[in-house]
Amino acid sequence: MAKSTRELIQAVEKADSADGLLEAVEALAEVRSETAIPTLVEVLGFNNPGAAVAAVDGLIYIGEPAVPYLLDNLDDYNYGARAWAIRVFAGVGDPSALDLLLKAASTDFSLSVRRAAARGLGFINWSKLPPKEILPAQTEVLNTLLSVCNDGEWVVRYAAVVGLQALFETFNPHKSYFVKQILEKLKQIIETDPEIAVRARSQMALREFNNLG
Amino acid sequence: MQQEYEPSDSQSLTVEEAIANLLQKEDLGQRYYASWWLGRFRVKDSAAIDALLIALEDEEDRAPDGGYPLRRNAARALGKLGDSRAVAPLIRCLEFQDFYVREAAAQALEMLGDRSCISALLKLLDGGLAAAKQVPGKPHLVQPYEAIIEALGTLGAAEAIEQIKPFVEHHFPKVQYAAARAMYQLTRNSVYGERLVKALQGNDLQLRRSALIDLGAIGYLPAAEAIALTLAENSMKLISLRGLLEYQLQQDSTNVDLSQESIQLMKLMDGLL
Repeated sequence: MAKSTRELIQAVEKADSADGLLEAVEALAEVRSETAIPTLVEVLGFNNPGAAVAAVDGLIYIGEPAVPYLLDNLDDYNYGARAWAIRVFAGVGDPSALDLLLKAASTDFSLSVRRAAARGLGFINWSKLPPKEILPAQTEVLNTLLSVCNDGEWVVRYAAVVGLQALFETFNPHKSYFVKQILEKLKQIIETDPEIAVRARSQMALREFNNLG
Repeated sequence: MQQEYEPSDSQSLTVEEAIANLLQKEDLGQRYYASWWLGRFRVKDSAAIDALLIALEDEEDRAPDGGYPLRRNAARALGKLGDSRAVAPLIRCLEFQDFYVREAAAQALEMLGDRSCISALLKLLDGGLAAAKQVPGKPHLVQPYEAIIEALGTLGAAEAIEQIKPFVEHHFPKVQYAAARAMYQLTRNSVYGERLVKALQGNDLQLRRSALIDLGAIGYLPAAEAIALTLAENSMKLISLRGLLEYQLQQDSTNVDLSQESIQLMKLMDGLL
């Protein structure tokens, strides 16, 4: 018989080895239950990367219900846990974490956090914002992504291009201004980025735009 | 392989200071740091190369195990700086007593891409598999086989095929992978690529990472999906897939537009961000 969520939570709490913890977290993440949120959030602070990845995936599956709890329980002093939380916000796209994502994309110390945040900025669920807040927020996202295109790490620039493409594809009341800025940036990257993978990704984004007309 | 020296409190130096620090004799720590710094920041000045070539013959800086830390760092830096004056001195390092100096020299020669080192590298494979034993009391083998074999593969040393092939069966997995990687580069036989794909399923994370790096280095396209599904950090998988993408883009270069294969690779990469 399948285990109840409560039993799965207990298994995480009782795990006494790194591998045991990983398996227990994976099992708990799979049920996608909101009652698992506090336990999964706690795992982010355990300094066990395998288990944290599984917990991040589990929280992203749960989606928006996980965001308020995570925002309330962000540990300012545990850098690792914060970094994992940013990945959850990036994966869920809830605008209540927008400020954290904007800051993380441009200033976080870890390149994998900047990478996740840059991508996540392109996939914000704008319909959750009051209509008059959408344009200022999108403008801020646009400006941040344009500047993240100059990050020192290729993979962060790559993620920023993915973010820009996604931003382009979302609804926007002032589309023409955004389009112009994004297209100019992509063309500039194709001309000047030192990394061929980043140039190719920009080319792919440009192709998608042309297909969309 | 040894971890590269990377100080956490990154000290800011000018090029002139770094070269002066490398040439002085009093402070060994400063010399060691300067040798790393010149490589890290790709300082290609002729004066920097001169100073590193001097460091490559240093006798002062000695590790407790009898090794030569400054020479190791100088060799690594010279590999990054692309100056052909370093080739002959680095070839001489391949016969030096310190294992890690030989390893750093083989890696540097691989990066410099000058084929004149091939016969010296091949000589280190003498005795074949039977000779490739672990040094008693050390974590490493008698020669830096991984570095040697990878260099021969990168340099396209077809004359090395017969000597490399047996190492696919060596008892050190990383040596097996290096041999599979080189054999694939030299023969384009998919048997060797598949061998590395299989290694992605192994139980040891370090070895899975190693196979990811090797597959990226050879740009083995059939591995793309398996790479994306490997149990390892997304950062490593992205680097591996970037290797495949770079290879594919070279194949595409005759076309103006991106190929379907390149687009597929980028879609896999997008999913790992």
